[in-house]
Amino acid sequence: MPGVVAFVAGLVFALGLGIAGMTLPRKVLGFLDVTGDWDPTLAFVMGGAVAVYALASPLILRRPRPLLAPRFAVPTRRDLDARLVVGAAVFGIGWGLVGFCPGPALVALGAGVPQAAIFSAAMLAGMGAYELTLGAERSQRAAAPRVDAGAAAARVDAGAAAARVDAVTAGAGADG
Amino acid sequence: MLETLPMAGGYAQALAGGILVGLGAAVMLVALGRIAGISGIVGGLLRAETGDRSWRGLFLGGLVAGGVVLHLLAPAAVRFELERSTSTLLLAGFLVGFGTRLGNGCTSGHGVCGVSRGSLRSLVATLTFMATGMLAVLVARALGGKL
Repeated sequence: MPGVVAFVAGLVFALGLGIAGMTLPRKVLGFLDVTGDWDPTLAFVMGGAVAVYALASPLILRRPRPLLAPRFAVPTRRDLDARLVVGAAVFGIGWGLVGFCPGPALVALGAGVPQAAIFSAAMLAGMGAYELTLGAERSQRAAAPRVDAGAAAARVDAGAAAARVDAVTAGAGADG
Repeated sequence: MLETLPMAGGYAQALAGGILVGLGAAVMLVALGRIAGISGIVGGLLRAETGDRSWRGLFLGGLVAGGVVLHLLAPAAVRFELERSTSTLLLAGFLVGFGTRLGNGCTSGHGVCGVSRGSLRSLVATLTFMATGMLAVLVARALGGKL
C-alpha cells in the first residue's frame, strides 16, 4: 500500500511539473533570465506548490504519525553551514546551464527526451561521486555519535537503540 | 487585450501545475511521513545503508511514468528546445547531482517543501540556487551562448 501511494504521488507530481511548464528547459531559462527577456510564469508554479504545502503540512504534522508509516521523517536542522550554501550554489549553476532540475529531468527521461537521458545519467554520477567523497565523510561523522548514543542508552538493547537513532538522524540529515 | 489572454492562461496553468506538485508532496507527507525532495529520494537509493528502497523506487517510477503519460497525451509539454552539446549536458547534470546532495536538496525539497515549512536552511538554499542559476544564464549569454 505505501508503495502504491508513493507511485501515485510521483505520478501526480510529474503531471504537475508537466502542466506547469517545468519540463520545458527553455521556459525555465526564461524564468532565470532576469536581466534579459524575463518570463515570470514559473514563479506561479512555486507559488501554487508552496501555497498547498504550507497549508497542508502543519495540519498533517499535527497527527501523531503518518497514515502508512511509523513516524515522520522531517528535517529538523536549523543551522546554516557552508555545505548547504556551496551545494545549492553548485546545483544552481548546473540548473542554469541546461534548465533541468532533478524532478523535471526524470519526467523528461520518461517522455523519451534524449538530452534528459544524458543529463540524468550525469546527475546520478554526480550524486554517486558525492557519496564516495564528501558524503562518505559525512556518513562516518554521523555514524560516530550514533554509536555513542547506542551505548548511552544504558545497554537496554544496543542494537534497537542504534537503529532508532539511525532513523532519526537519517530523517534529520536530509532537507529534501 | 488579445495578447494578454494567452499570458494569463499561462499563469493559470503554471499555478494549476504547481498546485498538483504541492498535492503530490502533501500525499507523501501524510501517507509516508516523507519530504518529496527528488534529489534526496534518488540520493537515498545510492546510499549503501538505506533500508527503504521500495517507496523511493516507486515514487521515482511514478515520476518517470508521469513523463510517459505526458509524452502520450501532451507531447508539447515535455520538449527540449535548446541547443546544448553533450559535454554541456554532462557537466550540468553532474553539477546538479553533486550540488543537490552536498546542499541536501533541490527545487522540490528546499524550494517547495522546506520553504513552505518555514525552514531557514531551505530558504537560504533556494535563494542561493536561484541566484547562481540566474548568474549562469547571464554569463552564458554574455559569452555568446544561446538561451
